[in-house]
Amino acid sequence: MSLRPPVSEQDHIQGNPGAAIELVEYGDYQCPHCGHAYPIVKQLQEALGDKLKFIFRNFPLSEIHPDARLAAVAAEAASRQGKYWEMHDIIFENQEQLKKSNLLEYARQIGLDLPRFQTDLESSDLMDIVEEDFESGVRSGVNGTPTFFVDGRKYGGSWEPEAFAAFLNSRLKEA
Amino acid sequence: MLSPGTTAPDFTLYSTPDQKVSLSEFKGKRVILAFYPADWSPVCGDQMALYNETLRFFHKHNAEVIGISVDGKWCHLAFSKDRNLHFPLLADFEPKGAVADQYGVFDEKLGECKRALFVIDEEGIIRWSYLSPVGVNPGADGILDALEQMDATVQK
Repeated sequence: MSLRPPVSEQDHIQGNPGAAIELVEYGDYQCPHCGHAYPIVKQLQEALGDKLKFIFRNFPLSEIHPDARLAAVAAEAASRQGKYWEMHDIIFENQEQLKKSNLLEYARQIGLDLPRFQTDLESSDLMDIVEEDFESGVRSGVNGTPTFFVDGRKYGGSWEPEAFAAFLNSRLKEA
Repeated sequence: MLSPGTTAPDFTLYSTPDQKVSLSEFKGKRVILAFYPADWSPVCGDQMALYNETLRFFHKHNAEVIGISVDGKWCHLAFSKDRNLHFPLLADFEPKGAVADQYGVFDEKLGECKRALFVIDEEGIIRWSYLSPVGVNPGADGILDALEQMDATVQK
């Protein structure tokens, strides 16, 4: 199963854009498994350094996680002020509290222009971006969260740190 | 397992404790039949929860989704409420698995439906089918590909 569409400038990319390995996560900010994966991804980024770039795409399962979609919009809204990853991190670090009032507090903590952030939270353009991510996930064969793609191919193995690091290192040798 | 081109056998099953649903009621619409082993799968994004989120994409292609398992109507009711599902789950409960058996997707050893998908057109003809390994959530991309192909054929 391959990623469609492939990673482009539309995506949020963390790390060296020319890195040998491309790791994409489809995630849901309110999903406990994604919360579990969050520090693991950080560990992998640290271990692989500039050999890894990380891309996050939204896959909110809104019916079971009612706050997930607004949290995704909040990250996109922060992106308009150049602080996507700061918002991404603070949301995952507080994923049990994702009501609007919480998101506003996180926005304040990372130093966003609050009135602008609040307006952007209602933006239909940003909601469309989240929806496009979701649809791309469905078309790429994402069937739950988190789902990872390594170099454009769906990763079916374990994403616990040792197994995942071993897999990525083996990719690195092939590259 | 019934193959594309076959007329989908009609059936009538309980969708709630006091309501029944028949396949024939959906004439003029496309129907996605999703047979699955059991309610209460332990993961977040299980198959039915996923289809609940992808309903809006199915509707664009004039398609409705129906889940079918051998769980009873009360079990379906509780599961459906818990997951906030917006489509019917049918109970292939008595005689157990009879509808799944007609479609060739009943696992007699386990006494459960296999994980199988059928896309049925407006006239009640099966146009696409897929059998997934039982532990693997087949997702929605295959269904959407099938629906798009059907749209393309209609336009010709």
